Amino acid sequence: MTGSWHELTLIVNGVPLRATVPARRLLSDCLRHDLGLTGTHVGCEHGVCGACTVLIDGVPMRSCLLLAVSVDGQAITTVEGLAGPDGELSAVQQAFQDCHGLQCGFCTPGFLTTITAGLIGCPDPTADDARDMIGGNLCRCTGYQNIVAAVLRAAELTRAAAGEDADAAVDSGQAP
Amino acid sequence: MKPSAFDYRRPEQLDEAIDLLGELGPDAKVLAGGQSLVPLLSMRLVAPKHLLDINRIAQLDFVSCGADGVRVGALARHAVLERDAGARAVQPLLAAALAMVAHPTIRNRGTTVGSIVHADPAAEMPAVLCLLGGSITATSTSGRRTIGASDFFLGPLESALQEGELAVEAFFPALPPQSGTAFAEISRRHGDYAVCGVAGLVTLDDDLRISVARAGYLSVSPTPLVLDLTDAVSGRTFDGDLSAAGDFASAAVDPEPDIHASADYRRHLVGVLTNRVIVGAAQRAAREIMANGARQALPMPGAQP
Repeated sequence: MTGSWHELTLIVNGVPLRATVPARRLLSDCLRHDLGLTGTHVGCEHGVCGACTVLIDGVPMRSCLLLAVSVDGQAITTVEGLAGPDGELSAVQQAFQDCHGLQCGFCTPGFLTTITAGLIGCPDPTADDARDMIGGNLCRCTGYQNIVAAVLRAAELTRAAAGEDADAAVDSGQAP
Repeated sequence: MKPSAFDYRRPEQLDEAIDLLGELGPDAKVLAGGQSLVPLLSMRLVAPKHLLDINRIAQLDFVSCGADGVRVGALARHAVLERDAGARAVQPLLAAALAMVAHPTIRNRGTTVGSIVHADPAAEMPAVLCLLGGSITATSTSGRRTIGASDFFLGPLESALQEGELAVEAFFPALPPQSGTAFAEISRRHGDYAVCGVAGLVTLDDDLRISVARAGYLSVSPTPLVLDLTDAVSGRTFDGDLSAAGDFASAAVDPEPDIHASADYRRHLVGVLTNRVIVGAAQRAAREIMANGARQALPMPGAQP
C-alpha cells in the first residue's frame, strides 16, 4: 500500500511551488527532495535538535514534525529566504558572521530562522532572553556563547537599520 | 525514520470529521498539532491506515474564558493559550505550566487538547487538568459526552476516548477565591520531559491560614496523580513552616526507577518540589487576599489614599 498522494502548492520564500507527494512526506523532506531546497537541514528527525526549523506563516515550527500535505497553501520561510534580493545578508546572518556564531554550520539554518522570528517578538533581548529564544536548538560546535552574542548583535543591527530608515525618511521629507 | 504509508483526509467541518472518524473505524488516527504523533509515526511506533487532519476545522480553534473557567478548543495551540490574557486571569496555573511544555517552537504547533489526549504521564497539562478537576468533551456519531479528568486517564498513553470519538474541548476550572497556584519541575535539560513535576493549589481562610492544599504530579505514576495535602498543613499560616506537605507527599508516592532517575531520587524531588509549589501558591493566595483587602479599604475607587 502506498497511501494517498496529494498535489500541493507551498508558498516558499514568496514563490508558489507545486509538488505531488505521498501523504506521509515530511515537510523537511518535501523541501529538500521534492523542491530541491537543501538549506533546511535534518538532524534528529524527531523534533529535538531544531536544525529543520522553518517559519510557517511567520511562526517557527519544526519541519520534521509537519506533514507537507498538512501545510498545503501556507507561506513557508526557509533559510534560503532570509538574505536580501541581491544576496546581502540579513541582520541575523550578518551577526552570525560578525560574532563567529557557527563552526560546521549544520545547525545554523534552524538557529537563523528561529532567531529571525524571535527578534520580531522580542526586539531588545537580554542575554537571558537570547538563551530562552535558542533553548530549543542544539549546536555541538560553538558552546552557544557566540550564538547568544549573535542574537544580541542581530538586535543591535536591526535597530540600527531601523534608525537609518527613519533618518533617511527624515532627509527625504517622508517622516511624519 | 519515515512514517509508513497512510491515507490522508482533511475535513473542514466538525460534522464531516466525526462522520469520517466513525466510517474509518479503529485504523484511523486524528492529527492535530502532531508534535507527539509525528515522531511516533516516523519511528513507526504507530502505523495507522488513515490519518484524519483536523487542522482546518476553524470551529475547534478557540480559547474562551468565563467566570467558571477556561474552555480550550481542540485546535488551540499551546502558545496561543499561554499568551491568552483572559486565561491568565481566570486560571494562572495554565500559563505557568505551559511555559514548561517542551520548547516555544513546539508550543507554536502542539495543541493543549492533543497533549491531554496523548495521555503521556510525563506531560504537564494532563496533571494540571487532574489537579483542577477539569474535563474533556468528546463527540462521535452517537453523541457528545463530557469525561471528568479523574476518569479520563487510564494508563500511559491510554485515555478513556472510545473508537470514533473526537476530543473537541478541554475545560479548566477557574482559580477559586482566596487561592493561589504554582508549578515547578526538574528536567535534565530545559524543555525536556520532566524527571518530576508538581502543580500546586492552595486556598487560604480570612486569617491567611491554609484551608485547602492539593498537588498534581507528573512523571511519578502511570497516570497523573493528585494528592490532597490539606491534613498535613491545614490551619498553618501562609508564611509558616509548610514542609509537612512535602513529607506527606514523598511518603505517599511510589515512583518507578528508569534510565533518567532512581525511584528514591524521584521521591526526593516530590518532597522538595511539593514544598516549593505549596509555599509559592500560598504566597500568591495571600498577596491576592491582601490586595483585595487594600482595595476594599479605600474610601472610593480612584480616591487619593
